[in-house]
Amino acid sequence: MNKSTRSVMTFKNGIYPVYHGKELSEGAATRIAPLLARYTVPVAQNAGKPPEVIVKAGDKVKKYQLIARASGFVSANLHSPVSGEVKGIIEVPGATGVPAQAVEIISDGLDEALPPLPEIDWKQADPKELLDRIAACGLVGMGGASFPTHVKLSPPPEKEIDTLILNGAECEPFLTADHRLMLEDPHAVLAGAAIMSRILGIDRIFIGVEMNKIDAIEVLQEKSASYGVRIVPLKVQYPQGSEKQLINAITGRDVPAGGLPMDARCVVQNIGTAAAAADAVIRGIPLVERIVTVTGPVVKTPGNWKLRIGTPVIEAVRLAEGVTEEPGKLILGGPMMGFSQRSFDVPTAKNTSGILLLSQDQAVNYESGNCIRCGRCVQGCPMHLMPCALAAAIESGRFDIAQQNHVMDCLECGACAYVCPAKRPLVQHHRRAKAEIRRQMQKK
Amino acid sequence: MEENSNSSTSDILMPTGESLVVSSSPHVVSPERTSRIMGKVLLALLFPLAGGIWFFGWKAAWVVFLTTVFCVAAEALWCKLAGRPVRKTVLDGSAAVTGVILGLNCPPEVPFYVPLIGAVLAIWIGKQVFGGLGYNPFNPAVVARVGLLIALPAAMTVWTPPRGMDKDFPEIKEFRTPVDAVTCATPLSIAGNTPKIKTNDFFAHENFKKIDNPELLEKYFWGVKGGCIGEVCVPAILIGAVLLVCFNLINWRVPVCYVGTVAVITGVVNYFYPGVTPSPLFHLLTGGLLFAACFMATDMVTCPITGTGCIFFAMGCGIITSVIRIWGNYPEGVSFAILFMNALVPLIDKWSGTRPFGYVLKRKGEV
Amino acid sequence: MIQLVIAAVLIMGCLGLVLGLVIGFFAKVFKVETDPRIELVTELLPGANCGGCGKAGCSDFAKSVVNGENPPGKCPVSSKEQITAIAMALGVDPGSAFPRRAVVRCGGDIHQVNRKINYNGVLDCASANLISGGPKGCRYGCIGMGSCAAKCPFGAIEIINNLAVVHEELCVGCGTCAAVCPRGVIELVPMNSRVHVYCNSPEKGPEKRKNCKVSCLGCRKCERLAPEKFKVEGFLARVDYEADPPPTEEDVEKVGCPTGALLTASRHYEIETFDPEFSIK
Repeated sequence: MNKSTRSVMTFKNGIYPVYHGKELSEGAATRIAPLLARYTVPVAQNAGKPPEVIVKAGDKVKKYQLIARASGFVSANLHSPVSGEVKGIIEVPGATGVPAQAVEIISDGLDEALPPLPEIDWKQADPKELLDRIAACGLVGMGGASFPTHVKLSPPPEKEIDTLILNGAECEPFLTADHRLMLEDPHAVLAGAAIMSRILGIDRIFIGVEMNKIDAIEVLQEKSASYGVRIVPLKVQYPQGSEKQLINAITGRDVPAGGLPMDARCVVQNIGTAAAAADAVIRGIPLVERIVTVTGPVVKTPGNWKLRIGTPVIEAVRLAEGVTEEPGKLILGGPMMGFSQRSFDVPTAKNTSGILLLSQDQAVNYESGNCIRCGRCVQGCPMHLMPCALAAAIESGRFDIAQQNHVMDCLECGACAYVCPAKRPLVQHHRRAKAEIRRQMQKK
Repeated sequence: MEENSNSSTSDILMPTGESLVVSSSPHVVSPERTSRIMGKVLLALLFPLAGGIWFFGWKAAWVVFLTTVFCVAAEALWCKLAGRPVRKTVLDGSAAVTGVILGLNCPPEVPFYVPLIGAVLAIWIGKQVFGGLGYNPFNPAVVARVGLLIALPAAMTVWTPPRGMDKDFPEIKEFRTPVDAVTCATPLSIAGNTPKIKTNDFFAHENFKKIDNPELLEKYFWGVKGGCIGEVCVPAILIGAVLLVCFNLINWRVPVCYVGTVAVITGVVNYFYPGVTPSPLFHLLTGGLLFAACFMATDMVTCPITGTGCIFFAMGCGIITSVIRIWGNYPEGVSFAILFMNALVPLIDKWSGTRPFGYVLKRKGEV
Repeated sequence: MIQLVIAAVLIMGCLGLVLGLVIGFFAKVFKVETDPRIELVTELLPGANCGGCGKAGCSDFAKSVVNGENPPGKCPVSSKEQITAIAMALGVDPGSAFPRRAVVRCGGDIHQVNRKINYNGVLDCASANLISGGPKGCRYGCIGMGSCAAKCPFGAIEIINNLAVVHEELCVGCGTCAAVCPRGVIELVPMNSRVHVYCNSPEKGPEKRKNCKVSCLGCRKCERLAPEKFKVEGFLARVDYEADPPPTEEDVEKVGCPTGALLTASRHYEIETFDPEFSIK
């Protein structure tokens, strides 16, 4: 390879998963999913306040039509992915396990779309106009946290920003959606990056890509010069795609504890969000579909599909020609940070990067043993915490000790629980402690 | 991108979702298990064991076999009595590791009750009373060794001359019992019994020449010296230690700092008072220092978690070992040193915790 | 020999004398004035430190009683006689805390559950609830991993077949369990109420039915037959604990709840002991 292979960047600690599983679907070109008869579009698809539903049962909607309006600054618009009739507001299983409100839309089979918004010449346009367009199109972070993009792109004036980083690391095993996007639509990614940097008024743009996506790096490098974007190859290391770790790997800066990327003068956006921004500004269409990796050892033909939001997972599995055996686990997102589901009725959302089905063997109940203080979790923790000590404190109910030992900085990335030889449920302990501490802080 | 074509096939197998498992992330885990770790440690321990068998014959293997069997049996019995899962506890392999280490810490010819008492001490007093694997503050094998050393000093200090030790060896000339078996002394015990000369003259330099000369040091290195089964053959210990480091099972800082500290302290004392203690090389090659530094001080459960902590811990061990060896009554101080520093591990852990990501900026302010 | 004994006695005696004087001196000089009544009240209190009164333990409560912030009757654990004794000692009005009792508003033990979940993780209610895990399909019912039982200072909660069951005779209504329960299944109700609705799910009837055989379907039968005692809010019936007189066993029989979610407390307990007579028809 060229000289960039020698100077791959990374952060300290972290783990190296032995089984990546990306080979299942990384060669499969993205396919557009056929129109379904029914979509259940979750209302709360963004961090912050859920938008306010403005349609009711019986309403006729068209594709791209606004169905829920942002109800505040930290909120995002929601558009219909299909033309048809609103059957009602129903309760569906949510991705995190909590039941969620969803707009049920029955397709009329015509797939009529509203005319797209006028194209904006982003090279000359006013940054405010671009920002408004991104807000209007309901963009959220598509990496997982689903924070509204326009909020991330409008940092408070006292925060100086000098770097925009696009996150193409895709460090989660099995997922290949971002990889395919970079390969197939590099111009959208790069244009999105340029649009975002114009909004922020900066010209330092990086795209961090892990070295297991050499082809994507090459494609992007070929085209990046005209957009003023630099491609940074990153070491294959988990969690390379975590915001704080990515900033550290690329710029060498540390985000202060409890701080946001803007405290390290950076804004981090997902690759998919950038492409969606380009779609919103250039093509004038809101965010109603995204690339989703449908994969797993039991999926018959793993691959990447462009799914409309609100597609029930069972339909996505049908696209992949079903399964070879009854799966033992259904995960939305990647295997390290995704949520295991209890039913196949859960719909996809703007932040669903993957639908992962594990076999029953892989979902075996690991019996956890005693901590043998091997320190692998400490070596693996990207936040440099001591998960074993935290878990010991949490198990004995001492959340105060856990708080003193910075459990609130935990990313829940799963590196500790991955490497633990005793298979201790460290992440679940940390989650519990964080929830408990947050509850206590709210009480005060 | 292409249009999907296969949406309406009816004979595809669809999931029912009946056997979905709900659990917290992460949903994939590394293949490493506690039992595998213990298996690798056992593999590394085979090398010192092989060295011991080469120098002392099959009776050494018998001792190690006895300690291992007794340790596993003691663990199984305890779990049975305490109502804990027997199979799971025994199969994690920790009792076997303790047993092998304990066996390698015994002289080659011990009566059968020594392994028995040692196993009970190690597993019951050293480990299970604290709650089993992971909760024991002290290394079980060290607890047993110290217990045996204090309770049965005679049985624990009958040293068999190893293969290759002839009449010219100073050790063998010094002690010879009139009964059937030939025994010898360890170099360390001879050094301990040699009157100290607290000057820096010719006699002081000659004080340890009998046991501390280049020719003998070379023999000590290969393993020709009185001692415990596991501690004689230095090359075998080093191979085992390298294996452990390669498997990422021990922190290399512990053996390096431990041995280094002993070398520095004995080196300084030896330089100014050559009649008080032999050369640092002598200290490294004799006694259980190397074996303990590689296999006993490095025990995961009883040594600090962070690298900095390991350095403090190992240096503490080195200082105590040197002090006991140079000025103490016991010829060997390794076990006591490790035991003492084990007790300090929680404190060391507290002092040497990691600094979480992003905390330096807060302290120094933006650069 | 005798001299030695005398010397020892003398030395020890002198030592004791001197030290005694020193201690006595400091005890006088650095004496902290405490209200003796606080100690008295603390002794009269049960000493369970359950926190049911809202204070951090019994001595804290005693302080507040002496200072007149709380009436002695606010202690949920003490019997009437004990409270009267405290009130007499202080010469205050005993006051009355409404004696309460904990009720687990869920009847779904593992045999009554239609849909089970393969949960793999920490066996603790709060942890399981975070990922909506637990062994049962219902998202509102008792998880049954015993976080409340572990915290109950009086050992009044038992987990039977994956369902928390309150032993009435032991429960004093301190509310520790209700604070621990991540799903808010446990409610404190007036002690004289003998009848409760053992369901906590606000979901629609058919949804509940999918998960559980003994859920309240919101059929309003109870409201129709005894409107002064039962209310249906949404899809969930509630006992009106303000009702006077409170509902009794006769009311339960009169209503005849089709799923058996409406029960007397004693019967809730009996179901868990596998009495086939009380299993769900």
